[in-house]
Amino acid sequence: MVNDNDPTQGTPPTNADMELSADTMGEVKRISYAGLICRRFFRSRSALVGLAIFAALVLLALFGPLICRFDYAEPDFTAIGLPPGPEHWFGTDGGGFDLFACVVHGLGRSLIIGVSYSVLTTVIAALVGVGIAYARGWVERVGMWIIDMLMVIPSFLLVALFVRSASGQDGWLALIFGLTLFGWIGYARTLRTMTLSLRERDYVRAAKYMGVSPLAIIVRHLIPNLGSILIIDTVLGVIGGINSETAFSFLGLGIKLPDTSLGYLLSQASSVMITMPWMLVFPSVALIVLCVSMQLIGDGLRDAFDPYSRAAGSAEPAEIEEEAEL
Amino acid sequence: MTTVDTARRRASGDIDEILRYELLESNGPKGAPSGDPILTVRDLRVSFNTEAGVVRAVRGVNFDLWRGRTLAIVGESGSGKSVTALSVIGLLDDNARVSGSVRLAGEELVGKSDEDMSKMRGSRISMVFQDPLSALTPMFTIGDQIAEALRIHHPEMSADAVRSRCIELLGLVGITRPETRLSSFPHEFSGGMRQRVVIAIAIANDPDIIIADEPTTALDVTIQAQIMDVLKVAQRETGAAVVLITHDLGVVAGIADDVMVMYAGEAVERASVDTLYARPSHPYTMGLLGAVPQPHVNIDRRLVPIKGNPPSLAAIPAGCPFSPRCPMAHDACRAEVPSLRAIAPEEGHLVSCHEMERVRDGRLTYSDVYPGLETRPPSWARTPRSERPVVLEVTDLVKTFQTKEGGFWRRRHSTVTAVDHVSFSIHEGETLALVGESGSGKSTTLLQIMDLVVPEGGTIAVLGRDTRDLKSSAERRAVRRDLQIIFQDPMSSLDPRMPIYDVLAEPLRAQGWERSKINARIGELMRLVGINADYVDRFPTQFSGGQRQRIAIARALATNPRLLLLDEPIASLDVSIQAGIINLLEDLQAQLKLSYLFVAHDLAVIRHISDTVAVMHDGKIVEFGDTDEVFEHPRDPYTRALLSAIPIPDPPLERGRRRYVYRDGELVLADEGIPVA
Repeated sequence: MVNDNDPTQGTPPTNADMELSADTMGEVKRISYAGLICRRFFRSRSALVGLAIFAALVLLALFGPLICRFDYAEPDFTAIGLPPGPEHWFGTDGGGFDLFACVVHGLGRSLIIGVSYSVLTTVIAALVGVGIAYARGWVERVGMWIIDMLMVIPSFLLVALFVRSASGQDGWLALIFGLTLFGWIGYARTLRTMTLSLRERDYVRAAKYMGVSPLAIIVRHLIPNLGSILIIDTVLGVIGGINSETAFSFLGLGIKLPDTSLGYLLSQASSVMITMPWMLVFPSVALIVLCVSMQLIGDGLRDAFDPYSRAAGSAEPAEIEEEAEL
Repeated sequence: MTTVDTARRRASGDIDEILRYELLESNGPKGAPSGDPILTVRDLRVSFNTEAGVVRAVRGVNFDLWRGRTLAIVGESGSGKSVTALSVIGLLDDNARVSGSVRLAGEELVGKSDEDMSKMRGSRISMVFQDPLSALTPMFTIGDQIAEALRIHHPEMSADAVRSRCIELLGLVGITRPETRLSSFPHEFSGGMRQRVVIAIAIANDPDIIIADEPTTALDVTIQAQIMDVLKVAQRETGAAVVLITHDLGVVAGIADDVMVMYAGEAVERASVDTLYARPSHPYTMGLLGAVPQPHVNIDRRLVPIKGNPPSLAAIPAGCPFSPRCPMAHDACRAEVPSLRAIAPEEGHLVSCHEMERVRDGRLTYSDVYPGLETRPPSWARTPRSERPVVLEVTDLVKTFQTKEGGFWRRRHSTVTAVDHVSFSIHEGETLALVGESGSGKSTTLLQIMDLVVPEGGTIAVLGRDTRDLKSSAERRAVRRDLQIIFQDPMSSLDPRMPIYDVLAEPLRAQGWERSKINARIGELMRLVGINADYVDRFPTQFSGGQRQRIAIARALATNPRLLLLDEPIASLDVSIQAGIINLLEDLQAQLKLSYLFVAHDLAVIRHISDTVAVMHDGKIVEFGDTDEVFEHPRDPYTRALLSAIPIPDPPLERGRRRYVYRDGELVLADEGIPVA
């Protein structure tokens, strides 16, 4: 590997030239980081099942209204309190609303709330937590003081008050806003603690000494290196969001008529549990399946990111030989 | 010399080739081994299943250990030496597959359950790990941890007996006032003292075998010398066979009897220590020896770097595994796997190389085998250093730290002076080495310069600009173009989530370069440090330690700086890789007229690279002068202690040396078991 514009040509090879010539000989097959994580994730059977279920639920929430002849907001007065049957697949409730349409809409609503809550809290927590840790000094002290103050605020009550003041149509937006407003605090505290060790790393110091701006360091170095934690917590945070939504709606403090959600459906079912059991069964099954699928995905991701997890050793030799030939 | 038993077996032909040659290894301090070996390893093979494929870490290793003798297993990282040792003690991961035979006094260990092995561990085979900071539990006292090692294997011991044995052990490894130290916690001990405690635990039950896995790699040179002495004491007291695993042939010279050099999971050379150093016969061994700086002689030769990297054990090259890196390799080497052969039938010296006859008959040394690497003085070097412009001037630099002690209510504040009126200056194209042990303030000095703020006391001037005059961050950024830093550990100085392209582009973007110019510059930088420019899309974790340090150097050079601060840039690398980095730094200095401020704790390396040396101790510079002057006529007792601690890669010379320890301004002769404060 001779280099034409090498200024030192004619002289003995420099150390760099020798390394280059040695380098071209030994080419070792390597896997990119994302490829590695994917391979480890897809190797876990339970994670795949979780992903399939979650995909099915999302599809159901998206296209369910198209395959159902009834609208969740329009009662069928000819069918009141019917058990599941060919006409109304999941049965109807005391007001003649088709339960399938309601569950599909409620599932969609719960999903939107869960996912938006989780993504928003993660973004806010990452920016605030990492930001105050990197800033050090008085910014960090004041930031921590504010976070500690926010933690003692009775957030449940405030969210409830907040959502009550909203209308039935945009109650879900208010719920997302309220949940997010208080959801990021504890999380930001954790991320700050993790940044404390990251900010002492040499590559952060090196960037600083190169004259890179603080914002660029946070966005380019610190947050990506918390990436695995952020991804896992976002996925598992969805469960937290859905559970909070369900709890608020069940108590009548969250989603209200004419809108509907899984929590609201469950609260309706609680009064007719004995006479119309299907009212309880279908929404709770949907809720449980959704949460379990998220949990499976989260577990799979954690194993894939964790260098010490079991996933590392489970690679079968046969499988590897195969892949090596590709 | 041999006992009746071995003699009888030899007569009956019931003795294998390996043992026959090992019994001939007599060119060491203890002569040839005698009697039956305590441990016999035959055809040991270890493999792991990983993401990258099946890693064959150990591929048919044979050796024997005798009580009272020390076997050094030497090789670069990834040569399988640690895995060999761990399989002897049964501490491999669950996904490891072990085959072959490991016999401890006739008892087969391969295939034993973990429960059975744990009865052996600590009582018959014990281990000294690399990192003393993590080998002790922070929650228990030193005494508790030694006592635990005793009680597990001797539950019948009385409390008094355990206590007195603990005190005896601590005394043995050279810890003063052992009675009071028993109730100390690990964090109250320095790294060297903790390693002594780990050795005390290892010898607590008079084991037959002590395995020391890079016991000094994490420690300063002075401490390294002391720990080696403690290991000798430990061997003398227990009569155990010691296995010393290291990547540094310099460390081995004074302590080993036999040396086995490993490469890609196989033994490539095996001999008595004196033979190996006098006549290394495998090109790899020659490279390892040529890479060790020779601090005791002033030769102006370049170190021998072994180019390239050790092969991935998941994809071992065909033929001789060393052939891709070997300067003597020809086609037969790449096709056929060599086997371990005796260099002469009457001598215990085994080499695995196709070119063995040529090396033996031609008495080739590394200067014949490795291509000539003369130093290339650049034209600008003709101007005397003192007449060149000054690029960095530090005068009376002071830095103190406030420490807080005590609880919430009654805090005590005290001041620690980390840097105490330090002054030095560096001329263009000059290398100044700042040497000292950990805690001497050398790294703090470096960071003070890099911060480009007004110091607590004194002044810092970079290229004639006093930091006092830098008013805005824009002005500081302009200075940073000429001033860059390289950190010790390339694992942590490169962001693992960034491809090399972005790593190298970062300083250029920070200085506001245009995109098109950045592209060209990155290709240039990769060539400059000897990394294939096609690799820019790879992530740092896909490179070896040496390559990563090259990338870190390329990043530092991106903006064409005139002054580089190097914070122990080679301390975390294998010796063979260190040589490559040192040569690269020398080349770059010649090509680019750079000035270096080189911080190190290892004086051996310094002699090679620097023009002037400043020895730092407790925040002060205790000795300053021309490198050769400081090495040949050290004036300060601390410098002399540092110099006496450097291992010399010459076994007879090293064994006869006396070491000195610096204590309270005086030199104390370091006999075995030197007590530390």
